[in-house]
Amino acid sequence: MTASNPKRHFLRGTRDALPFLLVIIPFAALFGVVATEAGLNVAEVMGFSILVIAGAAQFTAVQLMTENAPTVIVILTALAVNLRMAMYSASLTPYLGSAPIWQRGLVAYLMVDQAYALSQIKFEIERELTVPERFAYYVGTVAPLAPFWYGASYLGAVAGAQVPPEFALDFALPITFLAMIAPALRTMAHVASALTSVVLALLMAWMPYGSGLLVAAIGAMIVGAQVELYMERRAA
Amino acid sequence: MDQLNHTTVWFVIFAMAIGSFLIRFSFLGIIGDRQMPEWVLRHLRYTPVAVLPGLVAPLVLWPAATEGSPDPARLGAALVTLAVGYFSKNVLAAILSGAATLYGLLFLLG
Repeated sequence: MTASNPKRHFLRGTRDALPFLLVIIPFAALFGVVATEAGLNVAEVMGFSILVIAGAAQFTAVQLMTENAPTVIVILTALAVNLRMAMYSASLTPYLGSAPIWQRGLVAYLMVDQAYALSQIKFEIERELTVPERFAYYVGTVAPLAPFWYGASYLGAVAGAQVPPEFALDFALPITFLAMIAPALRTMAHVASALTSVVLALLMAWMPYGSGLLVAAIGAMIVGAQVELYMERRAA
Repeated sequence: MDQLNHTTVWFVIFAMAIGSFLIRFSFLGIIGDRQMPEWVLRHLRYTPVAVLPGLVAPLVLWPAATEGSPDPARLGAALVTLAVGYFSKNVLAAILSGAATLYGLLFLLG
């Protein structure tokens, strides 16, 4: 097929992202509940979910505000939680960097872990995709997630019911991320990189404001790249 | 907790909205379609597997829900999710079997 078909890729992205609704909905509802209990009104909950649209950072900010942390610390800490997105931005640049500026702006606003991971892995495997097809796929992955992120935040805020601890919602996030990563462990280099990330993140967990994760990520990227080079040389 | 100051809350929201956008836009915006050197690209290819496992590892080993002590139900669920995802390459199957393992073990171990 020679004709570019962004619509088909949009729908593929949407289909690939649907499983994450199982996690996005309870996670967003939980944010609405927690933020409301912390004293935020519905407009503020929606302000967070629509303008910031970053789950982990939102939880961090609300948590710190309830602890009466200085406002500057609240903002900087929550933004530090989002710093991994700079790495996402860099790694999407080879695939989407030539898209029009408004499209890159939209990609940036909609950058969530699930959309990023699905897209990056897809772009890496399917090298022949055109830039419009990649953009369509990326937006397709967020299309089902963002509305439910907003909607479930709202429902959590107005319903405001306590989620019983037996639901173990704290573990929704780890399960999603593991489910995204497992299929991406395609080569020895990917496995080595992931293992390095785990070990370094645990060793660096004492570092403030989640900065240990950034150290772990950089170390893991170096290991992945080096193992890739080593395997290439051995194959040659 | 004291009453939250709503002006402060909105200040935090707008500061985080702008800051998060700038972080996300950074490289996409500045580098655009300029070619990056091959060694940089080789490192960036590993970004998802370099970031997400490190993000998850402490949550799996030291869950806040159990005050940071390792929990067999959560460890089991993590291993099942990883194994099913690795062998089936199916995200939905991995999430569902992870959740089933978590609830099953939480129920069994009470």
